[in-house]
Amino acid sequence: MANSAKGFDVRKQWGFTTIAAVCFVLLYLPVVLLVVYSFNAGTSVAIWEGFSLQWYRSAWDNQQVQEATVRSLVLAFWASLIATSAAVLAALATTRVRPFKGYSTVFAAINQPLMVPEIVTAVALLILFAGIKVQTGYTGLGYLVLAHSAFCIPFAYLPIRARLQGMDLTLEQAASDLYASPFQVFRRITLPQLWPGILAGAMLAFVISLDDVVITEFVKSAGQDTLPTYMLGQLRRVVTPEVNAISTVLLAISVTMVIAFFFLSRVKK
Amino acid sequence: MSDLAQSREKQERRNRWLLLTPALVILLIAASGPLLITLTYSFLTPGDYGGVEWRFSTEAWFNVIFQRDIFDDTLGFADAHLSILWRSVKLSLMTTIGAVILGFPTAYFIATRPPHSRDIWMLLIMIPFWTNLLIRTFAVMELIRNEGTVNSLLIWSGVIDQPIQILFTETAIMIGMLYVYLPLMVLPLYASMERLDFNLVEAGYDLYATRFAVLRRIILPLVKPGLIAGSILVFVPSLGAYVTPRVMGGGKQLMLGNLIELQFGQGRNWPLGAALSITLLAIVMVALIFYVRSAGREEVGHG
Amino acid sequence: MIEIDKVSKAYGAGKSRFMALNDVSVTIRKNEFFTLLGPSGCGKTTLLRVIAGFVDPTEGSVTMDGQDLLVLPPHRRPVNTVFQSYALFPHLTVRQNIAFGLEMLGKPKAEIAQTVDEMMALVQMTAMADRQTGQISGGQQQRVALARALAPKPKVLLLDEPLSALDFKLRKDMQIELKRLQTETGITFVFVTHDQEEALTMSDRIAVMSAGSIRQIGSPHDIYEQPAERFVADFIGDTNFLPVQVGTVQGDMAEVTLSSGKTVAARAVLGGQGGGTTLAIRPEHTRLVPPDQGLLQGRLENVVYFGTDTHYHVAIGKDETIVTRAQNLPGSVAQFKTGDTVGVDFPAGVGQVLKD
Repeated sequence: MANSAKGFDVRKQWGFTTIAAVCFVLLYLPVVLLVVYSFNAGTSVAIWEGFSLQWYRSAWDNQQVQEATVRSLVLAFWASLIATSAAVLAALATTRVRPFKGYSTVFAAINQPLMVPEIVTAVALLILFAGIKVQTGYTGLGYLVLAHSAFCIPFAYLPIRARLQGMDLTLEQAASDLYASPFQVFRRITLPQLWPGILAGAMLAFVISLDDVVITEFVKSAGQDTLPTYMLGQLRRVVTPEVNAISTVLLAISVTMVIAFFFLSRVKK
Repeated sequence: MSDLAQSREKQERRNRWLLLTPALVILLIAASGPLLITLTYSFLTPGDYGGVEWRFSTEAWFNVIFQRDIFDDTLGFADAHLSILWRSVKLSLMTTIGAVILGFPTAYFIATRPPHSRDIWMLLIMIPFWTNLLIRTFAVMELIRNEGTVNSLLIWSGVIDQPIQILFTETAIMIGMLYVYLPLMVLPLYASMERLDFNLVEAGYDLYATRFAVLRRIILPLVKPGLIAGSILVFVPSLGAYVTPRVMGGGKQLMLGNLIELQFGQGRNWPLGAALSITLLAIVMVALIFYVRSAGREEVGHG
Repeated sequence: MIEIDKVSKAYGAGKSRFMALNDVSVTIRKNEFFTLLGPSGCGKTTLLRVIAGFVDPTEGSVTMDGQDLLVLPPHRRPVNTVFQSYALFPHLTVRQNIAFGLEMLGKPKAEIAQTVDEMMALVQMTAMADRQTGQISGGQQQRVALARALAPKPKVLLLDEPLSALDFKLRKDMQIELKRLQTETGITFVFVTHDQEEALTMSDRIAVMSAGSIRQIGSPHDIYEQPAERFVADFIGDTNFLPVQVGTVQGDMAEVTLSSGKTVAARAVLGGQGGGTTLAIRPEHTRLVPPDQGLLQGRLENVVYFGTDTHYHVAIGKDETIVTRAQNLPGSVAQFKTGDTVGVDFPAGVGQVLKD
């Protein structure tokens, strides 16, 4: 290794580092600019007129934004809670077990939301829920919670499964050898070790629910905007830095969660 | 088999399905089930004000590709649909190629960093991916719009005096999709490059290969599974993209996703929307099956 | 007392059917140190897991003091296991690990604390009580695993190659330690190992296993001195196998004729009656003698120096080889060198005629 620094570096490929640098800049430049202009004193999202928090204030005072924020958070909370609970149980049933009949079907079913284009699921849910709405007259948040729970399941399932796969089955055997009943084994041994995976899965599900546009746009009833669908509606008009301010807050939540997820999934097993 | 083992196995089976029930029920109601309803709807007659009438019809499927002239009732290809389909495939392919050009060197760069810093580089790639797709699209939109940063900068520096119209063009859609789906290319490429044995590269140089020959003859074949995976991962969501073409195309440059939406909105032709939606699903499934097949073959080949 | 009766365990079905255990019957007595010895894949661990309750046998019965064990799930069986990987709970401290079984049994807090203290003293881990299990060495983890399994005072302790992860020196210490613990607690130990030396030094009785069945059960002395068959003789220690013809058999002894035509008396407890054709003889029971003496003559092919002793490989005829072992005593000098013609001799009654 000491030699390769001075001599011939077998890993080097001409121009690759430059392209990688360009790639990283391109990935972050638009987002950084978006954040910067959320603090703009003027009404433009391209011309800098000085620092100001006025757009955060105006977003905060905007009743539609307030309602959409609360709705987004409530929705993400329930969807991630339901999806994570279902995913934990499903992971327990499909991980560290002998291969069983129907395993690949179950696995495909759980991961289906990852494979089917969102727009396809969105219109399918529109068709189904439109019928139910007419039949029952219920137009509450339940449809969105159900839809979000479904597409959040694989995102919660995969990190939980990964964690579970890395766990030593003999620990559970040792516990049952020491007189722990199956439930005690789960509560005292499996759950404490699985916890980082569950947390990671829940956070991922939360972020995914919080960010969803397409399915929400098709499933929501009138007046049920979430933050992303509210923003989508705003983009049709003249964009003010208020949208940047909302975006920045959403970005901050996502980035925090993703970084926390990253470190959680590195917790030693 | 003893009765004991048999009864244990039976109980194990019951527990397993009990544990799977919540997830499967939710997925059945809100993921798999609705797809079947969509398929059913594609064979019904459109209602006058949206919705359907429960009369069997293959008209919707027929209309995916063909159209009847309203004046003389002659049969022709549905040019509008076909051009949108073609645009979807074309833009998705271009996005994929763009992602390879940018993503391959980036993944290689990360894979050749010291082991402890690779995770951090990958985190830098993944952070944008896990942040809101709409926001990222919006960020690009602000960059390239007529009053946006790029045009302002070019005008200010005197390179141009009229803003270049990028937004609401096919190029804009491609730039947007490339931006939002690029991490999906880097991820699998990195995964296969990280496992790359650089002794093989050394052996290549030892046998008089040039840098380019090493790249083409040794590295590329070895990371091919990652390249295929990345291409599928970028191509599939691009093909079904809805938000990015809506924002970047401004309702002028439709892709398949927008065409589907149109049938449920202004078009008021739910069966056609359903048929188009199933068509999209079918194309995606073919791509995925192709991927699974080739991934499986690679594994056998290397096994 | 554990009675294992005609236990079989099959995995898979049809052509890929594999018998991990094949009609195994054995009785493990109270308070004994019983060892299951065999190469990897011989079924010894499977048998242990059948007793612990992690493997359901396909056929047969397992009872303990007359009670059917097989109907009980693992957490109802009065046996504890020391796992090969120790399986210490990583999220619990040393003390919490040792207390775990007692807590699960619902013992009162005071009793748990007292027993845990006793156990930590027994394995000399008192100073480490509040450490996380990841912060202690392999040998210490081993002790904690042992204390954890002993704490609920099981009737039987099952040990699955517990010493295999330790280095040589530590392993020797722990062998003595384990034997001491077994004697002190009076608990029946069922010990699984592939290390014949470990088995010989620690056990009251050994069951040698191969390919899913038990080949021989006996005391270490019996197993070593009187191997019943070629597999056992070969697996335990070094053995020379000589082709012989069995002549007259009288009681335990038989007259055997060697390839050289000379005859010698050999034990034939298990093999002789059936007319066996192989004589097993330990290298240390033979010695080199001048060429005109001894039972066999050959050419000294190889001299291998081992420190404590030296091995002499002697070729007898075309495809017969015998290894002789001589201790290196102070002042002893090699009498023979490679290429010499030598004689090999061994006393009457030390060879063992094997079952075919």
